[in-house]
Amino acid sequence: MVITLIPKRVFKFPIEGKNISPDVFAKKSAKKIAALEMWEGNRKLSIGDLFDIKVDSSSSEELTIKIEGNVGKVRNIGFRMSMGQVIVDGDAGMHLGEGMSGGSIVVAGNAGSWAGSQMKEGTIEIKGNAGDYIGAAYRGSTKGMKGGKVIIHGNAGHEVGCYMNGGLIKILGDVGIFAGIHMVNGTIFVQGTSQGRAGAQMTNGKIILAGHSEDVMPSFTIEDIKAKVKVDGEKIEGPFYRFTGDLADKGKGKLYVSKTKNPYLKSYEKYL
Amino acid sequence: MTELIVKNGFVYDPLNRIDGEKMDICIRDKKIVKSVKDKAKVVDASGMVVMPGGVDIHSHIAGGEVDTGRLLRPEDHVKDVEVKTAVTRSGVGFSIPSTFTTGYRYSKMGYTTVMNPSTPPLQARHTHEELADTPMIDKGTYPLLGDWWISLEHIRDGLLEENAAHIAWMLKAARGYAIKIVNPGGLEAWGFGRNVHSLDDVVPNFGITPREIVRGLCKVNTMLNLPHTIHVHTNNLGQPGNYVTALETMKCVEDLAREDRPVLHITHIQFCAFKGEDWARLKSGAEDIANYVNNHNHVTLDVGQVVFADTTTMTADGPFQFGLYHLTGNKWVNHDVETETSGGIVPFTYKRSSSVHATQWSIALEIMLLIKDPWKVLMTTDHPNAGPFFYYPKIMAWYISKRARENVLKKINKRARKKSLLPSIDRELSLYELAIVTRAGQAKALGLKDKGHLGVGADADIAIYNINPERVDPSKKFVSARKAFDRAAYTIKDGEIVVKDGEIVKQVFGKTYWVDVECARNHCRKTRARANDNIKKKFKDYWTVEYENYPIREGFLHSSAPVAVKAEI
Repeated sequence: MVITLIPKRVFKFPIEGKNISPDVFAKKSAKKIAALEMWEGNRKLSIGDLFDIKVDSSSSEELTIKIEGNVGKVRNIGFRMSMGQVIVDGDAGMHLGEGMSGGSIVVAGNAGSWAGSQMKEGTIEIKGNAGDYIGAAYRGSTKGMKGGKVIIHGNAGHEVGCYMNGGLIKILGDVGIFAGIHMVNGTIFVQGTSQGRAGAQMTNGKIILAGHSEDVMPSFTIEDIKAKVKVDGEKIEGPFYRFTGDLADKGKGKLYVSKTKNPYLKSYEKYL
Repeated sequence: MTELIVKNGFVYDPLNRIDGEKMDICIRDKKIVKSVKDKAKVVDASGMVVMPGGVDIHSHIAGGEVDTGRLLRPEDHVKDVEVKTAVTRSGVGFSIPSTFTTGYRYSKMGYTTVMNPSTPPLQARHTHEELADTPMIDKGTYPLLGDWWISLEHIRDGLLEENAAHIAWMLKAARGYAIKIVNPGGLEAWGFGRNVHSLDDVVPNFGITPREIVRGLCKVNTMLNLPHTIHVHTNNLGQPGNYVTALETMKCVEDLAREDRPVLHITHIQFCAFKGEDWARLKSGAEDIANYVNNHNHVTLDVGQVVFADTTTMTADGPFQFGLYHLTGNKWVNHDVETETSGGIVPFTYKRSSSVHATQWSIALEIMLLIKDPWKVLMTTDHPNAGPFFYYPKIMAWYISKRARENVLKKINKRARKKSLLPSIDRELSLYELAIVTRAGQAKALGLKDKGHLGVGADADIAIYNINPERVDPSKKFVSARKAFDRAAYTIKDGEIVVKDGEIVKQVFGKTYWVDVECARNHCRKTRARANDNIKKKFKDYWTVEYENYPIREGFLHSSAPVAVKAEI
């Protein structure tokens, strides 16, 4: 079953989109879906007020929600979803797939901050750029992303994977500062450049910086040089300097930094 | 003139020795009266339990610490959001609910009076601002006076009457209800990175001991004839082996008791009933504490029952909170309040699987059940330190039903279960006893004459629960009893129905109690005038606040309810 949502107009105000989720749409008629509550700014509306809805129940594939258009103002799409698929043709707003425990989300454009925050299972694929706090914990909480995968083809912002406790975040573009801050477990892979301070206060887990990194925190100590690293079953060719930290927090996290892209780290080799 | 009659309920009113009798309660305006006219509005309570409105002697619901705790924990609020209704405002929980939510949740459980147990006098204005925004309940607050420089100086110099006059000034200035003492001497020492570890350690810069502070303030309390006793959080709180300190603290005021009246309230006794040399060998000191309390009448306790939940600890005990931060590695707040006290906050989760936490849970229940006289031991969770207050119905179920306790006992840490005394305790509190530990005893300990009972002249604060003691045995049907306590069938506050079937139907604002000490003799008035001059002078030396800005005007309180007391000096 494929349910298509087409925005009726360009959205100017933030929209609370918690109800756009396969779990909520499941076994509901088009009429019932249209009546689901949705807040735009301080106005209580329904999905039918904001979107044209088409239901195609002929195809036998799993429940898919297709959003044709830009919904960069719509937050919380796929909130706590456990199955099915959400496909966004344009941009998606903040908190995409927050707390999801299954299924998949594909965004053709950019996604806002907090995508995949507190997610437990499932995959999020963002073809464009993503904001800050990808796969992070809620403000003040220490429980970040626990499992699943977030793949970002573009760049990501700051504090990616804050308090991450499992799963994988793969960034094919660049990343901001403090990637993997407070990380407890899981893996972060960055193909492009990192603005530095990666792994601050991490206690465990793995961060791989395959591109240039502005710095390596002084609270990390060098272990050895590895020829390659395994990420999600795939071998990434190095060589990589392998650091352990964050020692300020008695951490045992592993930080891999590309040797060829970071010649300034050569001074560490004398400690090997 | 509004009249109300609560008909045919099973009334439990321990202060008037009414134990489950079927009778009517008449209300005119805000008071309970002998009779009302026929056209009075009828509340049908047939088949239900009628009790006085609940009273909570110790629950951190307002003030600087509570508010800092709220700021510290956004993740605590996001999981518990209350949507506004036609009657109520929106708000958030969980362990540190917003003020309005606090009021509503207490009221839904049939509670009508709650005391906020600690406020640094310097922050009393903030506390009263928050209390003014806490609806549905009557309230009061206890200023922290155990480490106040001026008081310590008087204790050092042996000036008892002067001290009393200064404390009386401070109670009025902060609009406080009782003298709160937290880790006497320890908080002052904490200002210099130190602590005190027994009643006879010397407090730096003052040369006095915690024993002298407790005794000195206990004497002041008696001299001023305050309605409540001194409210003490002992030294060494939360340290293994500290039951000795708790016993010592009780012993140290034994000789100050008069006519069997309590002179000391030890709060959240569970946190200072630890036996054993270290955390690994932690055992319950409940038996020793209970034995002592069973044989002495000068002390009342509240338990500070642990519930297994994610909560936020907050006390004025700065050194203790610092230790807790080191234990947990959680985020933390710690601060010093000039000349007065300190404070700290650390989020904390009590887990069934932890041997220490499970033992703490067991200790609190053991103390409650091993102390024979329910008037001496009261139910609290030291909200939010050992658990949020809205877990009270669960705790009540543990008190009235051995089976409810066993259900939890099965699931707790094995080591803790082996050490627990609970399997050997068969006692189940009756509804009469439950009414004592949750309202009558609390009101009595607080010296609130119009609260905690349903006699003529009492405030018309009533809780009605949907339990039929004739038909069901609450010890067997503890789940339905718990649900009934969770959602009162009716809560009546000041003669108005404010909760019906567990939902708020009317928002009201309660009074704020504070003690207005009046001196009996001329001599005392002179001392008081001298005290005033002295304080004015000291403000220049000690505080960053001006004397003129310090006291809180009575008009600042939302609804002021002074309790006039005549000092005995």
